[in-house]
Amino acid sequence: MRSELDRPVQRELTRLRVNGEDLELYLPVHKTLLEVLREDLKLTGTKHGCELGECGTCTVLVDGEPQLSCLLLPLQAEGRELTTVEGLAEGAAPHPLQVAFAELGAAQCGYCTPGILLAAKALLVRDPRPSRDGIKEALAGNLCRCTGYVKIIEAVELAAERMS
Amino acid sequence: MLRLPRLRYLRPATAGEAAASLSKLGSRAMFVAGGTDLFPNLKRRQFEPDTLVQVPPLKGVRRVDGHFEIGATVTLAEAAADPGLRAALPGFAEAAGLVSSPPLRNAGTVGGNLCVDTRCNYYNMTYEWRKSIGFCLKKDGDICLVAPSSPRCWAVSSSDTAPAAMVLGASVVLVGPDGERELPVAELYRDDGIEYLAKQPHEVVTAIRLPAPEGLLTAYVKLRRRGSIDFPLAGAAVALTLDGPIVTGCRIALAAVASHPLEVPEAGAFLAGKRLTDETISAAAELAAKPARPLDNADLTHFWRKKMVRVIVERAIRQAATPSTT
Ligand SMILES: Cc1cc2nc3c(=O)[nH]c(=O)nc-3n(C[C@H](O)[C@H](O)[C@H](O)COP(=O)(O)OP(=O)(O)OC[C@H]3O[C@@H](n4cnc5c(N)ncnc54)[C@H](O)[C@@H]3O)c2cc1C
Ligand code: SF4
Ligand code: FES
Ligand code: FES
Repeated sequence: MRSELDRPVQRELTRLRVNGEDLELYLPVHKTLLEVLREDLKLTGTKHGCELGECGTCTVLVDGEPQLSCLLLPLQAEGRELTTVEGLAEGAAPHPLQVAFAELGAAQCGYCTPGILLAAKALLVRDPRPSRDGIKEALAGNLCRCTGYVKIIEAVELAAERMS
Repeated sequence: MLRLPRLRYLRPATAGEAAASLSKLGSRAMFVAGGTDLFPNLKRRQFEPDTLVQVPPLKGVRRVDGHFEIGATVTLAEAAADPGLRAALPGFAEAAGLVSSPPLRNAGTVGGNLCVDTRCNYYNMTYEWRKSIGFCLKKDGDICLVAPSSPRCWAVSSSDTAPAAMVLGASVVLVGPDGERELPVAELYRDDGIEYLAKQPHEVVTAIRLPAPEGLLTAYVKLRRRGSIDFPLAGAAVALTLDGPIVTGCRIALAAVASHPLEVPEAGAFLAGKRLTDETISAAAELAAKPARPLDNADLTHFWRKKMVRVIVERAIRQAATPSTT
């Protein structure tokens, strides 16, 4: 523990594709994708919670599938398509999930919302009309301390209905 | 923020090169696959390597001569969704699908799950927490905080897929700097919370081979606090063959009740030659639960966990035998 700071920092040129944009970044290899998104790219929509894989608020999409950015190194994400909550809207138009979440009050403090929106988006791509159990399963890695989940599930259902 | 320590990160092209790197660097280096076990542990400074060696991509679920061969970096989500595996070996596919949560299964690998670190309430804590309470044997200290008079560590083997693989008589393919060997999953583990793997630290798991004979019935039942994400508090894997109503073979193994996945041969042997009835199933479950020795170092009380072993073994036997159970 004590000798850690004496170690040199290995930096590597890292090619990332975030929300459709190709980036070349010179990054310390031990910085997590979560830290890079928030601190280097200022994409602070991705939240940091437990930083240990337990809460899901740092969820991003990697090639369309939800993964936890607190447990992912940028080098591991090279060549993959990354989507954060900032990449959800189409230009100025919010994604139907975002509209449904706002309308139904599915976000209270909102801290879990970016991760849940992305996990829900991945679900709707795979299964445009998911069952309630399917929604619960898809969101099983995302904790929400405010809503009690009911409104979140209803908002996903509403968005699914409007999108199909 | 809980940050990772400064690390060197190596990306060898082949498993042989990965093994050679680790063999050269020794205990300064560790393998990483999905990182879903290792990264939290590194953030809490439970290990202090200065170099990580990435396991190169070893993908694919293949069926060869009555076996499934699963590449070590196949994700748990991929294994759980594989139609061939789900049909032939539902027990293994279900075990993979019950690990952690959906986003973790998209990153966590089958190889990493077999090698997952043992767990303990006194150990899976931040450096500062462990320092304040006094370090334990497994990292930085010299006594066990759960069993202070014990010379060993009792941290809990927490892999869900290991017992599911064990009851199939599965083996892993290991690549070292000097070549390849095959080791039964049953021999991959040691009864020790610290040195829990019997392979050489520089050997890479490249694949797991699962025998899938015609007519084998399998199931895995897991006990945890939150069905959405938690590590197992106990798990029961069953592989069963039936001739009409008569059991011709049965293997049962348990997760999370010891420092290694625990096969209980007495319970399987008891069922052989018998019919599956409420009485025989419950007697077998009783036998299976006997050697399970949960300690007070995981979630919920160890008395309840011990009691529940019998219950989940019963459920797993019934689930495997469905629809043939009477
Ligand atoms: C919140 C949370 C819940 C979890 N719940 C569960 C659970 O319910 N059940 C469960 O079993 N696990 C659980 N895990 C742990 C982990 O996600 C899984 O075990 C996962 O399968 C580990 O795979 P990985 O590829 O991420 O391993 P890594 O973290 O990359 O590696 C784990 C260990 O295995 C070694 N290793 C990895 N691959 C290889 C290889 N090919 N050859 C040799 N050594 C290798 C690494 O050096 C390391 O020591 C959980 C984790 C979190 C954060
Ligand atoms: S079982 Fe004992 S030695 Fe092992 S991790 Fe827990 S407290 Fe430490
Ligand atoms: S911050 Fe990544 S899972 Fe909690
Ligand atoms: S809205 Fe507050 S945590 Fe979900």
